Amino acid sequence: MGRKILLDKINVPGIKSYEVYRREGGYASVEKALKMTPEAIIEEVKTSGLRGRGGAGFPVGMKWSFIDKKSGKPRHLVCNADESEPGTFKDRYLMEYIPHLLIEGMITSSIALEANLSYIYIRGEYMWVFKTLERAIKEAYAAGWLGKNIQGSGYDLDLHVHCGAGAYICGEETALIESLEGKRGNPRLKPPFPAISGLWANPTVVNNVESIAAVPWIINNSGADYAAIGIGRSTGTKLISASGNIKKPGVYEIELGISVEEFINSDEYCGGMETDRPLKALVPGGSSVPILPAHLIYKTANGDDRLMTYESLSDGGFATGSMLGSGGFIVYDDRACIVRNTWNFARFYHHESCGQCTPCREGTGWLEKVLWRIENGQGREEDIELLWSIQSKIEGNTICPLGDAASWPVAAAIRHFREEFEYHVRFPEKIKNRDHFTHEPFDKVRHLVAPQNV
Amino acid sequence: MKVTIDGHEIEVEAGTTILQAARMIGGDVVPPAMCYYSKLKGTGGKCRCCLVEVTKGSDANPTPMPKLVASCVTGCMDGMEVNSKSSERVTEARKAVTEFLLINHPLDCPVCDQAGECDLQNLSFEHGKAQTRFIEEKRTFEPENIGDKIQLHMNRCILCQRCVQVAEQLTDYRVHGVLNRGDHAQISTMVSAAIDNEFSGNMIDVCPVGALTDKTFRFKSRVWFNKPFNAHRECTTPGCCGKVTVWMFGNEIQRVTARKDEFHEVEDFICNTCRYDKKEVSDWTIEGPRKFEKDSVINVNNYTRKMDKVVINTEKGILMGRDEDRKKISMADIDYNEKIDGTQVKK
Amino acid sequence: MEKHHYTQEINITDALMARINELVSHYPADKKKSALIPVLHEVQDAHDNWLSIELQNKVAELLEIKPIEVYEVVTFYTMFNQRPVGKYMLEFCQTSPCCQRGVEDLMDYTCQKLNVGIAEPTADGLFEVRGVECLGACGYAPMLQLGDYYHEHLTKEKIDQLIDDCKTGDITFYDK
Repeated sequence: MGRKILLDKINVPGIKSYEVYRREGGYASVEKALKMTPEAIIEEVKTSGLRGRGGAGFPVGMKWSFIDKKSGKPRHLVCNADESEPGTFKDRYLMEYIPHLLIEGMITSSIALEANLSYIYIRGEYMWVFKTLERAIKEAYAAGWLGKNIQGSGYDLDLHVHCGAGAYICGEETALIESLEGKRGNPRLKPPFPAISGLWANPTVVNNVESIAAVPWIINNSGADYAAIGIGRSTGTKLISASGNIKKPGVYEIELGISVEEFINSDEYCGGMETDRPLKALVPGGSSVPILPAHLIYKTANGDDRLMTYESLSDGGFATGSMLGSGGFIVYDDRACIVRNTWNFARFYHHESCGQCTPCREGTGWLEKVLWRIENGQGREEDIELLWSIQSKIEGNTICPLGDAASWPVAAAIRHFREEFEYHVRFPEKIKNRDHFTHEPFDKVRHLVAPQNV
Repeated sequence: MKVTIDGHEIEVEAGTTILQAARMIGGDVVPPAMCYYSKLKGTGGKCRCCLVEVTKGSDANPTPMPKLVASCVTGCMDGMEVNSKSSERVTEARKAVTEFLLINHPLDCPVCDQAGECDLQNLSFEHGKAQTRFIEEKRTFEPENIGDKIQLHMNRCILCQRCVQVAEQLTDYRVHGVLNRGDHAQISTMVSAAIDNEFSGNMIDVCPVGALTDKTFRFKSRVWFNKPFNAHRECTTPGCCGKVTVWMFGNEIQRVTARKDEFHEVEDFICNTCRYDKKEVSDWTIEGPRKFEKDSVINVNNYTRKMDKVVINTEKGILMGRDEDRKKISMADIDYNEKIDGTQVKK
Repeated sequence: MEKHHYTQEINITDALMARINELVSHYPADKKKSALIPVLHEVQDAHDNWLSIELQNKVAELLEIKPIEVYEVVTFYTMFNQRPVGKYMLEFCQTSPCCQRGVEDLMDYTCQKLNVGIAEPTADGLFEVRGVECLGACGYAPMLQLGDYYHEHLTKEKIDQLIDDCKTGDITFYDK
């Protein structure tokens, strides 16, 4: 059994309530942090090597150390609970079943940042979780963990939960801040970064739910203890949201460093494939990261075991690797049509583009339309090159990473599954039904598009 | 601090953006800018036309920036080296942005009042392709009436949001904004309200394309058939400079706009009274002809330059068409052997 | 841009006003606009799940902002409805992991059963089927959202049951 840090107490009956959470040792990190200097807390988090769990993997302690404390402006900690990356549902699990862990993390982290007003920004669709958090926050206020003069320490903190209303882009930290200010979720131009000018132009740190939920354990134990788990720069544990064609979809806490093969096949985690159909592809870190074909899932290109770490999953770069991202682990068996799936993701990004900058606004829609044509038997041979060209012109040229996120899945699909695109273009009558690979998996028809040798 | 753009070195003050520095140098190094407007706060960064390559971050930190940056919102650093026109990557990116801006654009320049003074036309001339790769149906919007002075053509809009900033910064009550999102984002009032603030007409001047045009000038003339003159009047509207360009056709003032500089930005904003209500020559003190950059189409009608006589040399009978076709459409008996200047085509 | 003008009766009850005031109190006094999105949710829930222009204007008045600032936000976020919607809105997640688990077939089934297309309310105004993007329940696919709650691991039988429950009113869909 892998070590559990976040989900250790998840099965304790009543852990959702304050009383049980407190009885199980909850809020100890706040008591400890109130006796520490903010610098010491930040140092502990730096030592832990904890990396942002929202997708980018930026070291949390370092992010905290950037916050502007000199200007004397009020500081804010904002928790990014706008979990919307397709394939990712781990934050919701934490907040739904053990809401006080996040609240405890928010308090401890706010102490480190010397913030007196903090927010949890949750996506509007998680409305019942929003209510759950509201109730938990009320309990925390009643027990003296929030408000004025917390536990007699002289430290004041107000914490509120704020909800979005259906916009993936608000997961981008500056769009989230705009949304929290009651505006459209348009990402801001950077610099200035939120650490200097964020919410209401005040210094602000935005962290993912899972990152903040890991802080209490780090403070209760030590940064070094946390860093002892995992491999290299991938320290600690990570929540993986497993979905797709596996036996046991769900949220799993893993020690970073277990192998992908173990994660998919062991009974402790995914329990193997859903049926006896073979593994075809894997999206290891949410829809934005490159899709991996079967031969690059368990082994890297140079034959090493592929591990669940930031480094191993990106081994080989985009040519033969992917990314750990947010840990949205989507497994596809051979019923999946990569073209259809890529179209599905492209539709998602088209739908979620904020429309502010040209390449993303115009390019995501174009990608979707071309992919839709190919998937529906109206593709042209040159469309594959066209897709490649469009994605390459979006990537890197946009205000925020949504443009990259829309480009990478398309690029990876063409890179690894080009034959499938050619098959769609050349045999439109064979792909008429959306479940075309259910009855005739691509492996059975691959020879139709194989290069002919004379 | 010192910054080098395409090999041209220039001293600038701290806080200067790369685009501003490039404009100080002038000429070819100036990146195109469709959304940035120096007179409006909070503009820029959106259209991505002005992307440049920073090959050296600064003397203190010489690392190149990995991505192209929007020059209009990126500040200069001491010792920074930038490639604009000279960079292959930049040229490719500008071509890409131009293509993206055009795929859903109606390309209705022949009936667009902005033609001839349109930044998107200029951009396409410089960076566009003759052929399109976009075979899908173009996006269109329902027409919306925003009053009797300003014509909104949403299909032509590139969402630079300058007009929103005009309303925000020049008028006291903004009634329009960007609605919806993604490629359906649009400039709208939501309730078809008339935008009739004393400074609302400046939305027309700041619009880089034909999305916002002057209804009082609509379809009256191609801009290059007008003769522009600088003019002024004692304007009593607070905040209005009263300095304008009047666009004449014969003795008629067909249009009044603010005066624009070489980057097509107004020198100063004007009020709606000057713009719409003062169309008599007697309203204005005419200062003299307004000059435009040498390659502007507005110069076609330039009164300072002698016009060459146009002679169309055609092959024999090319305008005549086939005999059988001429009979079918009962064409008049014109002497097609006569050239346009009256001489006979050599037989 | 407004094609049809729908009207609705505006009723800001004392309870709703109290809740609005509570939400507004979560932000600094000069940052009332920050409460906009949470307030719009509450107001929409109390007005048959949609927001007329008049209601949006009312919200602008309550938060002391311009109406256009409300319109800009309402049209940006997908959860705000600008026309009357079916009382029970079945919002199916149709992003990849749910498709992998057969949500498209279930959507077809539901539309056929209710005899409607996507995003068109049934004649009695009771139901509306919509396809939405990832709802963050990929591991429990296929799924749909109804009001504040998720219904996961869907099957045809579960959908039949859900529709029956809605018809008899035997369902809570707001967490108030």
